Amino acid sequence: MLLIPCPWCGPRAEIEYRYGGQAHVAYPPEPAALTDAEWAAYLFLRDNPKGPFAERWCHAAGCRRWFNVLRDTATHEIHFSYRAGERP
Amino acid sequence: MGEPPQAVRRSPLGHLAAELRAASVPGTVTVREVPFVRQVNVRGPGGKPFPAEPNTVATTGDAAGDAAGDAEGDTVLVWLGPDEWLVVGPGEVPGMPGAEHESVADVSAHRTVVELAGPAAREVLLKGCPIDLHPGVFPPGRCAQTLLGRAQVIIVCVDERPAYRLFVRASLAGYLAGWLIDAMREYQCHTY
Repeated sequence: MLLIPCPWCGPRAEIEYRYGGQAHVAYPPEPAALTDAEWAAYLFLRDNPKGPFAERWCHAAGCRRWFNVLRDTATHEIHFSYRAGERP
Repeated sequence: MGEPPQAVRRSPLGHLAAELRAASVPGTVTVREVPFVRQVNVRGPGGKPFPAEPNTVATTGDAAGDAAGDAEGDTVLVWLGPDEWLVVGPGEVPGMPGAEHESVADVSAHRTVVELAGPAAREVLLKGCPIDLHPGVFPPGRCAQTLLGRAQVIIVCVDERPAYRLFVRASLAGYLAGWLIDAMREYQCHTY
């Protein structure tokens, strides 16, 4: 069980959260200008690093806010969390 | 023409009132439903009297100071998120000073309130609640949205007995009542 720090509510158990995948995947400024391959890459392709990974989490059973967590995918160590829209 | 249909108001746990009474052990831990509590969800930029500190409640009204919001004219403002509060109680819903955008929605039918009180109340909650409820961390005036058993609840600590108010969705109230009755069963057999 991970203990994930919500930037609003503080440390809470993992079961209160929903996972949202990689963070900082920007919506393309002009989606219509993309090729099918580029659009598919935006929709489906994500980094899969071994090590620190910035990812989105939602405090679903708490304040219901999305935020970002820097988690080590190899050790599950959570380095820190920060609010949506912020940069680490 | 027959008799006109009578409007009958039924609370989500009305049919379990006797079971909740039977599960209560006076002096140790008691449980009851507080039905038909008016609740209004307010979203916007905040400002006084809405508490800015996460997971806290503020009280406004004539009988300010009691976090239960039972007194006529009393209103409890529960922090739900950085731009979201639950206004509980029969009093007036405060506005946000200078707010250009705010939403105000009556959600009274969304949740019912269960009050759990007594020296063993915290121990009962700890059987299914992953957060720290120690009085040093969670004294009266604190609130939290979390899981109790498998149900999402808003927990508000209202006084030092301790007494907690659990706001639970109407459709999950029966499950939560059953969970609480089971968690309180041991106190039937031994005194606290």
